[in-house]
Amino acid sequence: MARIGVFICHCGENISATVNVTQVAEAASKLPGVTYATDYKYMCSDPGQTMIIEAIKEHKLTGIVVGSCSPRMHEATFRKVAEKAGINSYLCEIANLREQVSWVHPKSDATTQKAIDIVRTLVQKVKQDSPLYPIKVPVTKTALIIGGGIAGIQAALDIANAGHQVIIIEKSPSIGGHMSQLSETFPTLDCSQCILTPRMVEVAQHPNITLHTFAEVESISGFVGNFDVNIKLKARSVDLSKCTGCGTCWQKCPSKKIPDEFNEGLSDRTAIYTPFPQAVPNKPVIDRANCIWFLKGKCGLCKKNCPTGAIDYEMQDEIINIKVGAIVTATGFDIKHTDFFPEYGYGQYRNVIDGLQFERLASASGPTGGEIRRPSDGKIPEKIVFIACAGSRDKAKGIEYCSKICCMYTAKHAMLYKHKKPEGKAYVFYMDIRAAGKNYDEFVRRAIEKDEVLYIRGRVSRIYEKNDKLIVKGIDTLLNAQPIEIEADMVVLATAVVANKDAELLAQKMHISYDKHHFFSEAHPKLRPVETNTAGIMLAGACQTAKDIPDTVSQASAAASKVLGLFSSDEMTREPIVAVVNRMAPPQFTTCTGCLLCMEVCPYNAIEREEIRDRRTGDLIKVAAKVNAGLCQGCGTCVAFCRNKSIDLQGFSNQQMLSEVIALLNQPF
Amino acid sequence: MNFMSEFEPKIVAFVCNWCTYAGADLAGTNRTKYASNVKIIRFPCTGRIDFMLLMKAFENGADGVIVSGCHPNDCHYTSGNFHARRRWIIFRSLLDFIGFDTDRITFSWISAAEGNKWAQIVDEVTEKIKSKGPFTDLKKLNCTLLKQLYDEAITK
Repeated sequence: MARIGVFICHCGENISATVNVTQVAEAASKLPGVTYATDYKYMCSDPGQTMIIEAIKEHKLTGIVVGSCSPRMHEATFRKVAEKAGINSYLCEIANLREQVSWVHPKSDATTQKAIDIVRTLVQKVKQDSPLYPIKVPVTKTALIIGGGIAGIQAALDIANAGHQVIIIEKSPSIGGHMSQLSETFPTLDCSQCILTPRMVEVAQHPNITLHTFAEVESISGFVGNFDVNIKLKARSVDLSKCTGCGTCWQKCPSKKIPDEFNEGLSDRTAIYTPFPQAVPNKPVIDRANCIWFLKGKCGLCKKNCPTGAIDYEMQDEIINIKVGAIVTATGFDIKHTDFFPEYGYGQYRNVIDGLQFERLASASGPTGGEIRRPSDGKIPEKIVFIACAGSRDKAKGIEYCSKICCMYTAKHAMLYKHKKPEGKAYVFYMDIRAAGKNYDEFVRRAIEKDEVLYIRGRVSRIYEKNDKLIVKGIDTLLNAQPIEIEADMVVLATAVVANKDAELLAQKMHISYDKHHFFSEAHPKLRPVETNTAGIMLAGACQTAKDIPDTVSQASAAASKVLGLFSSDEMTREPIVAVVNRMAPPQFTTCTGCLLCMEVCPYNAIEREEIRDRRTGDLIKVAAKVNAGLCQGCGTCVAFCRNKSIDLQGFSNQQMLSEVIALLNQPF
Repeated sequence: MNFMSEFEPKIVAFVCNWCTYAGADLAGTNRTKYASNVKIIRFPCTGRIDFMLLMKAFENGADGVIVSGCHPNDCHYTSGNFHARRRWIIFRSLLDFIGFDTDRITFSWISAAEGNKWAQIVDEVTEKIKSKGPFTDLKKLNCTLLKQLYDEAITK
């Protein structure tokens, strides 16, 4: 006979403000099988937990239902409580009375009734629960880092320095990411490359780190502790083991007019190229789409001139398989480019540039050697207009969010320009200045007060070209919305930070969730900000949302610490939510008829064909399905497919689900 | 009309743990208000949902049913939602064939980030079922009725 305890939490006032908790507890106490029911202000607190433990012992409870917040929040907490009191942790069920009742409905009898219905349903379920025991699986202590920007570099170094193997894959030919393109970084104005490149070199030389550049994720399967990843190494056409990085090839390359991605199209590169002088690995790659050999079948100058014979036109994409225990996703971001803005000339005006292009202009390693010159004629601009929130916080453009970094980098850009040309004029059109961060507001104030950057609160409606100048039309909302017209030499748009183009595809490969802007979703917005809903996959950096460098690095280290936590033991326990095929005494053995439909639908190949044979004669008696609990992830697809209900899912059994349906709809009294 | 507005339908939602359940939690975190008629039963995956359970829900007094999981390609378990979708397509045609009002079953995709969509679907379905009135089709065919028919048949 079941002896169930029901514990209703007030959650401070979060639940009790709209749900009559005493009434819920009272109704629960009258349910068949319920021995004890009570309510308390904070069930998850120490006294609350003690109360549950004492009640379990005192009333000899066989299962508990906690009516509280979402099971996604505190299921683990209350399962531990059950275990402490001496009952199996899977004999605990959570009735979600906060996220799905008290927070979404007004105070009313109907709301209380819904709470009672939910508690009744879970009481019925817990009565059908059977004790389950966690499954132990070995952990592969190698981490995969996807993305070699500052987030990936930081996470990789942290994990590698703790003594574990790390594999980094980076889709472009060099690691470094967007940070390697930046000139100087706010709020200290230290040179980005000076702080980044030593870390890139450290990655390349670290004995625990394997680096694959020009590589992409092909597929990911498996689960936490035991991921199986196929990686596509794109054909680089250069044998890295032979290449010394001497540079003869790209000096001889005749195809020289290809827009340089690293310089954001502000300069040209050759078809065989190293992305930038500090690239890691500092070895070239052939851009097959623009190489004369691949387009026309002749040329071959690089091959002829290579002193080590490293050029290999026949090189093919290669798929390698690796086994890892944890994955850190650090794929970074993209920005909207100037062609996204019809009002600012659709990217047709060469002197309207985006923030990253300005970074390249201001960078000592950039196409102008750090002199800020107009892309159209190379003249040094007398007046620059900076436009913040270009695309961001603009519902009409489909980007409601704040891109977070633009206020700061716009101030930095204006400051850099004023340092290089003190007599020039810098205007910033802004909506609000969001400079929350250590020494951030001081930095913006310095731009305004010391460097005399002119901040105008208002938006720019239109830009057009007239006699070699850009006419910027806007308003000043602090001057009674007075129209303003500025004849500028150059305009810099602080364009919105957006997710990478292939972010959605990657998320689907990894089975992690993402939001409507294709930024990856964290498991909990406050309490689990670096994990995803898929155990063993962590997030770092701007692939989650727009972030500046300090935040990115913090998150990368946090992700690394989560990985290290996972790697701290040789075995990890997994939820025993797995499918089982029923077994019974001979001569029936099982009700399974061996149709093996379950085997076909299982996404994890967790179902095997089992031959039941006579022990003495070895004659085949029956063919049945058998679940490999190590591979089963507990989706239950096989259960829904099974024609005679021979396979069932522990924790979500047919009996339990049916009991829930019946209990939810029928009131016993 | 008056009686219609007083009718509070019972609606059961069969949702997956990873997307729609989390989406419903998000609606809560955002304090989005919606009708209290829908109650959730949590499944690991829409692929787990045995469609006979939907029938059991109607048999036990549900007036409407929602089935919701991850968007295509977003399934936590790779393909459970595709299986659910295929099974639903076949199951629906079977229900249509036997004259069941399939409008009472709403099949939807709601991701973990779509709290507002969850609230919106709940409100829409509640309104729809309200306008349809209580579900009585299967109840006409309940066991007592069958037994009566049977009794009549053998006494004749």
